[in-house]
Amino acid sequence: MLYSVIGNYSLLLGLFFGLVLFYLSVINFRNSQVLDTKILSFTFLQFFLVVISFLCLVLSFVVSDFSNETVFNNSHTTKPIFYKIAGTWGNHEGSLLLWLLVLTLFILIFLVKTKNQPIKYRILTLVFQQIIIVGFFIFLIKTSNPFNHIYPIPTEGLGLNPILQDPALVIHPPILYLGYVGSSIIFSSALAATSLNLVSKKWASHIKKWVLSSWVFLTLGILLGSIWAYYELGWGGFWFWDPVENVSLMPWLALTTLLHCVLVLEKKLILTSWVIILSISTFALSMSGTFLVRSGILNSVHTFANDPERGLFILIFLFSLIFLSLFIFFFFHNPSKNNPSSFSFLSKETAIIINNWFMMYFLSVVLIGTIYPIFLDVLSSQKISVGPPFYHKLIIPFLIPFLLIMAIGPKLKWIKSNLEDKIYLITLLVVSILLSILIVKNFSSNFLINTILISGAFYLFFITLRDFFIKGFKNLAQNTAHFGFSLLILSILFNNLFSTETITNLKVGETFENSKTKIIFENISQKEEKNYKSIVAEFTIQDSKGKMENLSPELRIYNQPNIVTSEADIKTTLLSDKFIVINLVPNQEFFNVRYQVKPFMLWIWISVILISVGGLMSFLKKEYEK
Amino acid sequence: MKNKLLPLSITFIFIIIFIVFYKGLKDTNIYTPESKINNKVPSLEVKLFGDSKTVNTIEIFQSDKFYLLNIWSSWCVPCREEHPVLMELKNNDRLKIIGMNYKDNKENAKNFLEELGNPYDKIIFDSKGTYAIEWGAYGVPESFLISNNKIIKKYIGPLNTASFEEIKSFIK
Repeated sequence: MLYSVIGNYSLLLGLFFGLVLFYLSVINFRNSQVLDTKILSFTFLQFFLVVISFLCLVLSFVVSDFSNETVFNNSHTTKPIFYKIAGTWGNHEGSLLLWLLVLTLFILIFLVKTKNQPIKYRILTLVFQQIIIVGFFIFLIKTSNPFNHIYPIPTEGLGLNPILQDPALVIHPPILYLGYVGSSIIFSSALAATSLNLVSKKWASHIKKWVLSSWVFLTLGILLGSIWAYYELGWGGFWFWDPVENVSLMPWLALTTLLHCVLVLEKKLILTSWVIILSISTFALSMSGTFLVRSGILNSVHTFANDPERGLFILIFLFSLIFLSLFIFFFFHNPSKNNPSSFSFLSKETAIIINNWFMMYFLSVVLIGTIYPIFLDVLSSQKISVGPPFYHKLIIPFLIPFLLIMAIGPKLKWIKSNLEDKIYLITLLVVSILLSILIVKNFSSNFLINTILISGAFYLFFITLRDFFIKGFKNLAQNTAHFGFSLLILSILFNNLFSTETITNLKVGETFENSKTKIIFENISQKEEKNYKSIVAEFTIQDSKGKMENLSPELRIYNQPNIVTSEADIKTTLLSDKFIVINLVPNQEFFNVRYQVKPFMLWIWISVILISVGGLMSFLKKEYEK
Repeated sequence: MKNKLLPLSITFIFIIIFIVFYKGLKDTNIYTPESKINNKVPSLEVKLFGDSKTVNTIEIFQSDKFYLLNIWSSWCVPCREEHPVLMELKNNDRLKIIGMNYKDNKENAKNFLEELGNPYDKIIFDSKGTYAIEWGAYGVPESFLISNNKIIKKYIGPLNTASFEEIKSFIK
């Protein structure tokens, strides 16, 4: 009760400080004194108020204060304390409050870290950022206040959706938000720099840090979501081209492209328009993600609540920001001044630009696949479902040139170069092709495309691997990230090619056998946990070599809300995952058993971690090496 | 400004996107397939199990009989639950059951029917799940009772004894 009141007033005060900050920054545009004293302390105060508000919500969850509507809707007294706390951001209202918390934190860090930057630029960035912050404050307070009261006070809450009660899901949203919200700083700063005509090498090397950190967080956030989907949703896949996965992939693609453009801009003062437009689009795409997911215009696992009023607010807010940035871009950006130094066809710039266009292509495929059904429905009332085949057909062929350019590009020099050491480049290409033919030859289907694709990935793999030994610490960050990417593509390809699946129905004591595996359903037992009952099945799997493995998948019957979830049991080894999941068949004695062997699963996760480590190394490095 | 065309056209595109999203938001029924009760059977060119030719759905549903269109899939757990009801309904002469195999793998679907019995007169193969959307289905399992080429009743979720009795009373 008390916490809700405090939380609510902190939010209102935070909004008030947002308006004060906006006003102060506009009238004191040139005044450096005010910025580092008054404005900085108000920014801190605003952040502090949001922290208070957030802590109040956490406490309301911890003490199970069901007079709070958010707590009532998403918590339950029998829920473990860990998930009570995590439940704070496992719902629409709380996650928006978390979003606001990160927004205010980042602008504070920005102001503290940029003391050597021009004063006008810092103030203008703050102005743009406060527009976003105030917008989110109003959105939160008006349409999704986390501190709404219910009277009479219910004695018990409705509980958190059990599939969200998972450790990966506890850290997935905060990490993802650090990435999304980081892009808001890039957005504000790009707009400020454009308005003041400050887009320069110096600005690029300063904003690079923000791009890198957002990128690392976004990458890790997507990875966590993917890992969760793999073992919790029980379909044995890790990426489903679900609209919500797509809306996190789109900002990632834009941000990855932006990262490469910023690295070029830092060296050469070209691609300024690219950088500005990508900074705007990354944030616009993050916001559209929020719009698509929260408005209920798309249906998915992540849809918390369908409320057209919320959707309308974000829609208007999002488009106001887009029109504001378009206005700034077209009226202030003057590309003719930054005379682009000409560069020859065979140069690093060209390679980066070509791959940027590929990235833009991938981005448009995902964008069209995600929003085309909405357009079609509105314009012609037709309904279609866009699924994995659409994405696979449009993306996979273009991965091949993308991988090749990614391999050769970094070997080129800036402005102009002629390829030296052609011999090893060609040798490695031949080795890659031979190796992939050897691997794919047993598979009749899609022989050609698989061979070429695997060759491309191997090529990048070998070239980056060679660089680790030849170049050592030079370009280590870039090399690690690119190596990780080749490993990711290879693992995904092998995973798709060599996965096997067995689906069968078994009673306790029965055995299923085919040429490769023997599945023995040994035993079943029941366990009573705090907020669920669990049925644990024990299986023994025997492979063709006679090796035995025990796996025990689980069914959990949650008490509140009353939902049954299947917990897969996964035995992970270096080379492959054994994945087993059971499902209840009502009124039957048998269980539906799904057993999969998925090679290189672990390497998919490792390679994404490697990619982020590459970004992290670049973030920690003092200066981009020549 | 040298070239005003570019900013104007981009602004125009964004205005159109805005309008489409706005309309999509107003239309609360978006993505919830219309409930097509008392609607005519949609006319679709579909593929049948074990037959390479395409057939129009109008031909499948003749006017003088009752039909039950059942959307199912081998991976769908509640479909197993309702299967005995379908097997029971199969024995009724006045009713024909048409299956629509939703987003499934042919091999798995066959095994499913071999194991639990085949109640279907014909099976429409809907590998992409698009026919089901045309029929106004939300997911699997779902069943539509059809008479005189019209959908007279829709069952969302697995059929149970209550719906079994109801279907029987309809076709009497």
